[in-house]
Parts: sequence; C-alpha cells; structure tokens
Amino acid sequence: MQANQHLVIIGNGIAGFTLAQQVRRQSNCRITLISAESATHFSRPALMYVYMGHMRYQDIVPYPDWYWQENNLVSMHDRVEEVDFAAKQLQLQSGSSTAYDTLVLATGSCPAFYNWPGQEAAGVQGFVSLQDLELLEKNAKGINHAIVVGGGLIGVELAEMLHSRGIAVSMLVREELYGQNVLPRQEAQLICDHICTQGIALRLQEELAAVLPDATGRVRAVRTTRGEDIACQLVGIATGVRPNVEFLRQTALELDRGILVNAFFETNIPDVYAIGDCAQFRKPGPLSPAIEQLWYTGRMHGQALAATLTGNRRAYARGPSFNSAKFFDLEYQTYGYVPATWSDAYDSIYWQHQNQHKAIRLFYDRASSTLLGLNLIGVRYRHDLCHHWLEKQYTIHQVMQELAAANFDPEFSKTYEQELMQQYREHFPQHQLHRKSSNWWQLRKHFALFSKAASCLQNNR
Amino acid sequence: MSTTRTSTSVYTAINSAKTTRALLKAAGLLFIGLGVLGLLIAAFGIVGISPVVSGLGGVLILTLGGLLYIWQVRKQVPVAEQNNGAWQNSMTARGAVAWIFGLVLTGFYVLLYWYPASLQGLIQAVAPLSQWLRNRPADQWFLYGTFYTLAVLVMGVHALLKYRNSPYHLIRTCSVIFFQLGFAFLLPAFLLLLNQPEFYFSYFWPLKYDYLFPATVAYLVENGAALGVFMVFWGAVLSFIATPVLTYFYGKRWYCSWVCGCGGLAETAGDPYRHLSDKSRRAWQWEVAIIYPVLGFVMVTTLLLWVNSWSEGRLLGDFSHGFASSYGFFIGAIFSGVIGVGFYPIMGNRVWCRFGCPLAAYLGLLQKHFSRFRITTNGGLCISCGNCSTYCEMGIDVRHYAQQGQPIIRAACVGCGICAHVCPRGVLKLENGPRGERYAGTPLIARDDIKLLG
Repeated sequence: MQANQHLVIIGNGIAGFTLAQQVRRQSNCRITLISAESATHFSRPALMYVYMGHMRYQDIVPYPDWYWQENNLVSMHDRVEEVDFAAKQLQLQSGSSTAYDTLVLATGSCPAFYNWPGQEAAGVQGFVSLQDLELLEKNAKGINHAIVVGGGLIGVELAEMLHSRGIAVSMLVREELYGQNVLPRQEAQLICDHICTQGIALRLQEELAAVLPDATGRVRAVRTTRGEDIACQLVGIATGVRPNVEFLRQTALELDRGILVNAFFETNIPDVYAIGDCAQFRKPGPLSPAIEQLWYTGRMHGQALAATLTGNRRAYARGPSFNSAKFFDLEYQTYGYVPATWSDAYDSIYWQHQNQHKAIRLFYDRASSTLLGLNLIGVRYRHDLCHHWLEKQYTIHQVMQELAAANFDPEFSKTYEQELMQQYREHFPQHQLHRKSSNWWQLRKHFALFSKAASCLQNNR
Repeated sequence: MSTTRTSTSVYTAINSAKTTRALLKAAGLLFIGLGVLGLLIAAFGIVGISPVVSGLGGVLILTLGGLLYIWQVRKQVPVAEQNNGAWQNSMTARGAVAWIFGLVLTGFYVLLYWYPASLQGLIQAVAPLSQWLRNRPADQWFLYGTFYTLAVLVMGVHALLKYRNSPYHLIRTCSVIFFQLGFAFLLPAFLLLLNQPEFYFSYFWPLKYDYLFPATVAYLVENGAALGVFMVFWGAVLSFIATPVLTYFYGKRWYCSWVCGCGGLAETAGDPYRHLSDKSRRAWQWEVAIIYPVLGFVMVTTLLLWVNSWSEGRLLGDFSHGFASSYGFFIGAIFSGVIGVGFYPIMGNRVWCRFGCPLAAYLGLLQKHFSRFRITTNGGLCISCGNCSTYCEMGIDVRHYAQQGQPIIRAACVGCGICAHVCPRGVLKLENGPRGERYAGTPLIARDDIKLLG
C-alpha cells in the first residue's frame, strides 16, 4: 500500500481492526475503519461481562483513543448504505461518501433466524452486537423467565448473563446433549452436567416451533416442537450466525452465503477483499469450514491479508486450529482436530476426573499414531507446545514423553498427567517410553517456541 | 438423558434458597449495623455504658455479622459469578455508599494521626486486650493494630471464599493472614510483654524507613541487648540480602502479596476495590514520576541521618531530622495511611503500593531487571476481553501484553495472580523460569511494538 492510497475497511471487529493495525506497521497509507455498530473497536467476546457487571463498556475497548491517533487510524461511526464498485465509492448513511483505493469487507455476522412463526414479537432477539446488548438490557428488565434457543457458545453466554440477573433460564437444545454436534459424547455430557448444576434448565432434543405473542405484541410464551408451551418474557435466539452481507446482495460482488474469496481473500472484484465471518472460501482448507466464524480466525484473516496488502503476498493457511470457551465455571480449550464421532481409523486417550468437571482427550490416528487434536476441560495446556506437537505431527508416544511440560494450570494446582499416563499405558501396554526431559523451559529453548523479534510479522503456520 | 434434563420445578427450590439467603444476608447486615452502633457508643461515650462492653461487644457483633454476610455473598455463589455486579453496586462502583465509606475511613486516619485524644473511648475499649497481650495500657497504635488485624482476618475469610477454587489464592491469603496476625500483631505484643523493644519482623527498610535510622538502631541495641542486635541484623539482612535473593527466584510477590501487612490489607479488605485502579497511560506516568523519587527521598534521608550521627550533629545540625520528620509526615502518614487506605473505595486498594511505597519501588527494579518471575501469556488464546486489566489492582494494562502474546514483566506487578484467575480463557500463568528469552513472546500472534508508557 502506497502512502497516497486509501485503505477503507468496513467493520471494526477483530478481523478489520487487526488488519488496520498490521497494515499500519508496514505502510503509511491512509487507513479508515467504518462501523455502524460502534465508534471504536471493542472485544466482542467480552460483551457478556459488561451485562454481568464485571466490566464497563470502556473496559472492553482494548486500544484507547491515543493508540488510534498515534497510529493515524481513522474511525468513522457510520453505516455504509451502498458500495459503488465501479467508481470505488462508498455511500454512507450520514449522507457523505468516501472514495477508496482498496476496500476490505469485514462486516461480520448477524444472528440466524429461521422464520419461526411469531419471531418478530418484542422480546425475541439474538446476541451478537453492541445493539443486541443494549436491547437485552431493555428486554430483560423485570422479567423472571427467559428461553434461550440453540446449543452453541452464544447460547450458553446468554444463559449465564440472564442467570446473573436472577432470571430463570431454560435452554432449548436440538441435540441429545449440549454441544454434541462438535464435542465427543463424554465432553458434551460433562458440560451438560455443569450447566445443569448452575441452575439452568436444559431442555434437550427440543426445538423452537413458534413464538407466541400477547395482545401487545410481546412474547408471552414459546411453543416447542414437542407441542409444549412454555411461558417466558424473553427469547434469546442463538441458533448460529450468518454473514452480514445483505447490503451487498444486488451488486457485482459474487456472494453465496458469504462473500466468495480465494486463499488471498480476493473477491471477484479487483482491490476488494473480504475477511472474517463474512468471507466464504471458494476452496476451504482441509478440515476447515468454508466460513470461519471464530474470533481467532478473524484475527488470523486480518494478519494474513495485512501481509498480502503490504507486499508479502501469501495464501492464508490456518495451521493447527484452536479454540477456547468458558461455560460458567468451566474452561474449555481445544487444539487441532477432535471430531464429535469417529471411525475405527481413529482412537483417543481420555481421562476424566472422578468427581470434578475436568477431562483431557488426546485424539490420534490409529495407523500412524499421529496426534490429531486435544480437548481440555477444566485443565489448561500450553498452546505453544500443543501447536508444536500438531505442526510437527508428533506421534502419541512422543507426546506422552513431553506431556508434563504442557500443563498451564496455576501454581500449586493438582496435575493429572500421571493419570493420563495411566490411560496411555492401558492403550499401549507394550510400548516402552524412553525417558526424556519434559521440562517446559528446556523444550521451549530446544524447539525455539518463542518469537525473537518483538515486532516481526509471523506467518500463521 | 433423564439425568441432564431438569424440570421447571427446580426453580421453586432455587427461589426458596434465595429467600433464605436474602434473610441471612439481612441478618448479617443488621449485626454489622449493631456492631458499628456499639463502636460509636464506645467512641462518643454514653454515661452508664462502659466503653469496654459496648466497644468490644461491638467488635464481636460486627465480626459475626460480617462473617455471616460474607458467607452468604461468597460461599453461596459460584466462583465464576464472584465479580457479578462489581461495576453496578454502589459500594464497589464509586457510588454514594463508597464515598461515605471512604470518608469514614479517611476520617479515622486523620483522627488517628493527628487527634488521637478523640479516640479515647475506643482506646479504652481495647484496653483489656492490651493489658492481657502486652501487659500495658492501650494507645491509639494498639487500637489501630487491632482493627487492622481484624480487618485482615475477616476479609481474609472473604478472599478465601471468593477465590476458593484456586490453591494459589488459598495459600497466599493464608500467608498474609499469618504474617499480619503473627508477625505484625501478636509477636510485637509478646515482645512488649517481655519488656523487649517492640519490633515487627515482617517489615524492613525502606518501607519501615526508621528501622535503619541511627536513632532506631541505637535504641534497639541499647534496650534490647542481644535481641536488639539481632533485630538490627535481621532488618539489614531482609533489606539487603533476602530481598534480592527471594526476588530473583520468585519476583516481588514473595513480599508484596505474601508477607507485607499493607499488601495483606489490600489483598483482603481491599480486594473488593481492586478494579478501581487507574489503567490509563497517564496513571503509569504518574506512578513512575512519584514512586522512584520516594525511594530516593528515603535513601537520602537515611544517608543524611547517618552522616549527621557520625559527625555528631556538627555537619548538618537539625537539617537531617527535618528531612526525616517531613518524610514521616508526608509519606508515612498522609500517603500510606490517609490516601493509601482511606481512598480504597475510590481509587482502589493499592494506591500506596503503586505510587508511594519505596520498598515496592526497590522490589520492582529487582523484579524487572533481575528476576526469574514473569506472567506467561498462553499462545494466541487471548480474546482481548479486559478482565485481566480491569482486576489488576496495580493498574497494569495486562491485556496490552496478553493480546500480543507477550509475557508480562512489569516493575509494579505484585504477583497477586488475580489476572490469571479472572481470565475466562486461562491465558495467564504466573511462573518463575530461566531468564534467557524472558521477554520473548509466543510465535503464534503478530505483534505490534508500541510503547505503552509513551
């Protein structure tokens, strides 16, 4: 990007903001972020903590005003109504217009509603944006029972938020267990148990059939697919999100569910890119979905496109994936690939605490014994080391030799690697493990698991 | 499936439990109110009511009420919900209640330092305790020590319940309780009982600045004989040998959040106010501009006093004593007492430790440049939520480092470990490791080399 060029990013979420930040490191070009949602970048996963009173809105803003000024990043709080791709011009709601040389669409997601009868009733809402948070403050005022529809991460966040205000919450989950579409049965069961012990009523294998409004148009109950009516004053829709691309529908931009891009985030129109939740890969990577809707992948997209825009053109490669979440008290980390169900070609070593909600799963390929992924519940492992294992295609035997170095739990915590080792020995009674150093600091040094230059732009692999 | 499916009848159970909890909470508050009333009666005096009965009785009822209330609001609430409403409650979000509480605390310090006669009623109330523990009449400092220790004990229970799932916080909290009760309250009293010099083994220069002043050294040696010599020796060893060695291995936390009485009060009584610390860049600039000059001030003062002592007053006359008494007035009394504790509900619980404590400055320099301690960020897992920065009592913008995958190595960090505790993704870990590549971050996040201090 040349200094006289104008990079305009629509959306100031983690994808758009990371892009702006990383481009600025390499280029003096004009950078403008436009967002209809907020005047500045904030941490979306932290919205729930504002509602629960752990933080104020200003506390979830990671970069203060001086950062924007010193880095010459311009933020516009406005809505893009129309994009004129031919004239390279944006029409804004405020009436003004802005010209760009390079346009990046990072418009994120909006809640997916599935045309339920009565879904327009007051008190029915999703939870994605700052506006949704404000709406929730209004909708949840003085109520005593809420229904959350959907068994994803947003669903459990909503349940936790409403619960924190003393509102009884019932969750409608389509599957047999919460999280069963992404988690193996044992993990899903553990998380279900935990959610129930927090006082949330989980209604499994039950879906929303219709929203029943009262005479004033406010929700008074929901009807489930079992034909049961449940009285409630709020319905939280958490049945997934979809790309926020409706305003681009009638343009030359090629869309499917999202904005179609190649591995360089290039759309069908020159100088127009799309990253984050709104982008849909024409050819997704192996084991990756076409639309990557994680906060972490948004950041990776921003990093990767920044490299391309600043002259270091390279294809996006996600590398070993990872994700994390928290279900009330329960922390969850996952590294690599652990599916919900698997064939005989795969196996796993699984340990679960007898009476606490803790579990570790090491998932591997049976023929080659290659580690494919890890699930951790209530236990923390080092991302750097797990990433190294997955990237270097460690066998499960090699992993066991370094296992003790992986634990990241606080000092004085009880560790469970010995018990996991016991599980391993039951799987591989014949296999002799060679004694090897499993001290994290030695491994870190040995494999150089750190970034030397504080500012070097790392690739994602 | 039947095991995970809960029927709506659960809510009746929860609601009735809620009612009981609310009743017990109210009872706790009532007891607290009665206890405060007792203390007020003792303080202002009502003819016919002995200050001992109303004062000590008040303390007892206040303690019981406090514990009852704490049990309801902490033990009966899951760990992840302990910070619910912290920014919505008047007491913890600089509301009217917080201002009133801050004024009362500040007022108490003003009376304590400059108008101790006005506290006669309360001093009389603790007189029997003083007689029993120290075999001498109570003074305002004994009253202060009693209140202080009680606050650490009762609010220590609060901290133990609030952070009950973390062994680090359980051990650390027990440690500060132990050092306050044993080393800063009972042991000094016991020394007085044996007619020995009163000495606090858990404090040392430059926090306890006068422990290396010539007058104190002379007093200890003259009045304490062999024990006095040991006290001087102990103080010097802590200041110049134990501090660098322990800080090298464990960071500043071994003292600031495990041993120190000021830290002990901050970690217990001050814990509900930790989020009020200022995280702005300006606040950090003020911190650096104040805390190191304070360290310089106490070093110069000590040096001048010794020069004066050796020259038998010929060289400096009264000059060095003026220096010492102004340090005592501005730093010892106003800063560490009135502002340090009195402003808890407004400015957070570590104002003194962050901006004023010369020992924290000394430990901080060692921690930054000569220690194995750091807070590691776990790869690329940070979601920039801000809980770490918000709940950092030292006002460190922890998130700034975490979201860039860098370890947190800051002079100010007292290693309380709350950032790691409130992180919803388990991203932070306090640890001691080799100094090689100590500042290096994860290879999994692209970094931005901005200067936070400006």
